[in-house]
Amino acid sequence: MQEELKPRDSVIASDEAMPQLRFDAVPLMLLLGLVLLAIPAIGSTSSWITLTVAGITMGLIIFVIASGLTLVFGLMDVLNFGHGVFIALGAFVATTVMSFAQAAAWDGFFSLLTAMLVAMLCAAAIGWLFERLIVRPVYGLHLKQILITMGGMIIGEELIKAIWGPLQIPLPLPEALRGSWLLADAAIERYRIFASLIGLLVFSGLAFTLSRTKLGLLIRAGVQDRSMVQALGYRIDRLFVAVFVAGSALAGLGGVLWGFYQQSVTAQIGAQVNVLIFIVIIIGGLGSTLGCFVGALLVGLIANYAGFLEPKIALFSNIGLMVAVLLWRPQGLYPVSDR
Amino acid sequence: MKWLQRLLSQDLPRSPLLALALLLTFLVLALAPFLFGGAKSMSVAAKILIFMLLVASYDLLLGYTGIVSFAHTMFFGIGAYGVAIASLRLGESWGALAGGLGLALLLSMLLSLAMGLLSLRVRAIFFAMITLAVASAFQTLVSQLSDFTGGEDGLTFRNPFGISPSYQPFESAVFGLLIDGRALGYWLIYGVVLLMFLVLLRIVNSPFGRVLQAIRENDFRAEALGYRTVAYRTVSNVLSAMFACVAGALLALWLRYVGPDTTLSFEIMLDVLLIVVIGGMGTLYGSIIGSVVFVLAQNYLQDLLRFAAKAFNAVPLLSDLVNPDRWLLWMGLLFVLSVYYFPSGIVGRLRRIRMPAAKSDATAPPLS
Repeated sequence: MQEELKPRDSVIASDEAMPQLRFDAVPLMLLLGLVLLAIPAIGSTSSWITLTVAGITMGLIIFVIASGLTLVFGLMDVLNFGHGVFIALGAFVATTVMSFAQAAAWDGFFSLLTAMLVAMLCAAAIGWLFERLIVRPVYGLHLKQILITMGGMIIGEELIKAIWGPLQIPLPLPEALRGSWLLADAAIERYRIFASLIGLLVFSGLAFTLSRTKLGLLIRAGVQDRSMVQALGYRIDRLFVAVFVAGSALAGLGGVLWGFYQQSVTAQIGAQVNVLIFIVIIIGGLGSTLGCFVGALLVGLIANYAGFLEPKIALFSNIGLMVAVLLWRPQGLYPVSDR
Repeated sequence: MKWLQRLLSQDLPRSPLLALALLLTFLVLALAPFLFGGAKSMSVAAKILIFMLLVASYDLLLGYTGIVSFAHTMFFGIGAYGVAIASLRLGESWGALAGGLGLALLLSMLLSLAMGLLSLRVRAIFFAMITLAVASAFQTLVSQLSDFTGGEDGLTFRNPFGISPSYQPFESAVFGLLIDGRALGYWLIYGVVLLMFLVLLRIVNSPFGRVLQAIRENDFRAEALGYRTVAYRTVSNVLSAMFACVAGALLALWLRYVGPDTTLSFEIMLDVLLIVVIGGMGTLYGSIIGSVVFVLAQNYLQDLLRFAAKAFNAVPLLSDLVNPDRWLLWMGLLFVLSVYYFPSGIVGRLRRIRMPAAKSDATAPPLS
């Protein structure tokens, strides 16, 4: 037996036997090309810097929100139309925390961090409940899933209106993050840098978890082939609940970031952002984290560039981007294999 | 009874109670101007009729083909705005109406074709997301182009001679009703809805409709049998969009007004979803029963909530929950609960009740 196996082992050990997956850099090139192409189109370097920073910030916030959704879809084939509820919930919880902080004259940088933490916890708790009550009974039934999660979205939005009231609530930044830095005549708002840092932190955390830990290995394996992971003895349903809760918490965090970005919160925020994140995960390829990242940056940058160059078409820039990407790659930028 | 079977495309109600309810609806709605002449109840009757067509066209997509679209109200709105804009620009005439409707139908066809070809060829789940995105962009577009569409205020226009309220063809009252253009307009809507409903019934019971149901049940198998599922899904999407467009035109004719809230809003999309689910997915009779039940309930539930809000005035959170403004909350709950516990809807339930005297219809195709 040992002798029979040996030749094959040695083949595997040799250099050419394990073909590495070729990294597809074309979408990244597209992103870079877009940023470079915008310089001559916009004309002035300082506006270009401001717009690019704004676009990257917006893109990273969208990525924070959308990453959970795309993982949940990849892992369990569950498309959660109610994801927007967690965004709105996060933002509204932040308004409450900030008003408490203001009442306690504690208007610093840490009040913002506390708001983010509390919002994530709330969104995670509600996400767990949502998974139990809304998503679990309709596993594997696509049609009902879409209908039920949409119903959950409406119920959640109305409950938020009942608790916090239907009116717009202002969400001013704490003193420490107001104002902007000057960089080569370009004004860069401090909050944008802060939000981008948070977004990058989430991205690197996700990338590390997915590629370097056992948990991430299981998640990636589950996205590729769920029944095989199950057959190997892992309880993928528990893993799924964990991913769903983590995705909801990230959506809550994204909601806080988005709320501060807009400086006000309405109950419709969830539905508005939902449309954006759907476009992002379609562009990126359903289930792909890297695709979601590139898609979010593309959407954020194009929205800002188009808003500056031609405000009238800015509304449709996202739809146009989606159409173009789907014509080019019908499965999205980074299609998940075996799907 | 042969002619009735042919008229209904061999798709009979298959339940005595359902047949009775349908007959009652048919008669009461036909005689509505005589039975209740008041403006409010006439509006309720017209709304029921228009929703019947809108929901039946949506059921072609959701119930028969198994595709979820969130852009159905977009086509509803296109029909309504087409008629309104044509009537305003060209002056009120039947020619302007026909032209506006024709252009609206063309636009609906092209849009639904483009959306279908773009998303349905990949996977059906894309379609739900893409329709949501396109519909919200369209809603923003309509409120932005205020020169053309009247923005958030909408447009008010006048109906052509014959169905304008001031028109009175008879000198004296007929059966106690002074027939005016409004009643004639109502009957026009009634006739169009009835005709369109029969056409839809014909479509879903044709060989084409059978293929749609096969795709709904198992698209992989349908494709293996040699049907081009993408083409069938796309045609189903286009047909459903065009029927919705006609329903929108009828709504505009009845209200003599269009605005984003009456035609495009997401609430109407939710109403349509709810009626399909309550009435019964995958059966067109569900849209009739569902529309009647829903529109009547809509008028009374809000009264009930108002009453409850007064009763619970002192309780802090509960009074917010039963506030009439939060009525969408209760609709959403009703929606989720009906998808869980009531998936075959009223029609499915009625068909399951076996009357001892009624002969079971063994030759009928099995219902999913």
